[in-house]
Amino acid sequence: MKVELKVTPDRFLPHRYAGASGDFNPIHIDVDFAKQVGLPSNILHGLYTMAQVARANVDAAGGDPRSLKRLKVQFRGMGFPEQEITVTGAVTEERDDGRVLVATEAEQGGKKIIKNAEAELEPSR
Amino acid sequence: MPLNTDAIGKSFPPFEYEVGKEKIGEYARAVGEENAVYFDREAARAAGFRDVAAPPMFAVVYSSGSVAPALFDPDVGLNFAMMVHGGQEFVWGEPVCSGDLISTVTTVKDISERGGMGFYVFESVSTNQDGQEVVRGTWTNIVRGVS
Repeated sequence: MKVELKVTPDRFLPHRYAGASGDFNPIHIDVDFAKQVGLPSNILHGLYTMAQVARANVDAAGGDPRSLKRLKVQFRGMGFPEQEITVTGAVTEERDDGRVLVATEAEQGGKKIIKNAEAELEPSR
Repeated sequence: MPLNTDAIGKSFPPFEYEVGKEKIGEYARAVGEENAVYFDREAARAAGFRDVAAPPMFAVVYSSGSVAPALFDPDVGLNFAMMVHGGQEFVWGEPVCSGDLISTVTTVKDISERGGMGFYVFESVSTNQDGQEVVRGTWTNIVRGVS
């Protein structure tokens, strides 16, 4: 089982995610505000990036959302719109009950934006 | 000034969220999901769901209304200007579908200090209308410069 997903959030993705999730923190949707607080630009929601890690793991497990039993991530650095995100992962443990543990990370522009992610999957058979 | 840890163990009143088909679709499109079980009732039922299914990370949508008041609680005293979302864990149970009524209770799990940073850990437990646990979230927020 191989976890790999590439996605490039477009310029207005943070605005759509803000509406979908209810998180309208201006650091995600207002470039001027983001710059005022010392960021290079508006940044992606960490939970959007976590959703990409979740999607990559569900896809790798066969596509059934019920396959994903647990996901734990650490947010590191910042993600930006209009730059490709690569999610990769590899199985670290296959348990007797059929569940597998997958170590996953998300990278953008050579920097990890999610690290030490661990997914627990129950692949459909 | 030492970190105030008095709020550890404090729980907040349940927050209720009614899950709708179009909200699931809006969320699923925003995060790039394409599986028909998130959009199409017939496809979802064919796959064994009661109704259109919510993607796992839709947990954010129905539980954040419970977590937010805990973050802003004056007893917790979290300094937002210096806060970053450090980590997140979800443990999923019964799938969430359109039409579900989800109730979430958030508790202050831990407040601690390491290396001049404050670690504020919140736990949210979400259950559906039948009392089944659908997700348990652990939200870790890190505040710089607490000492």
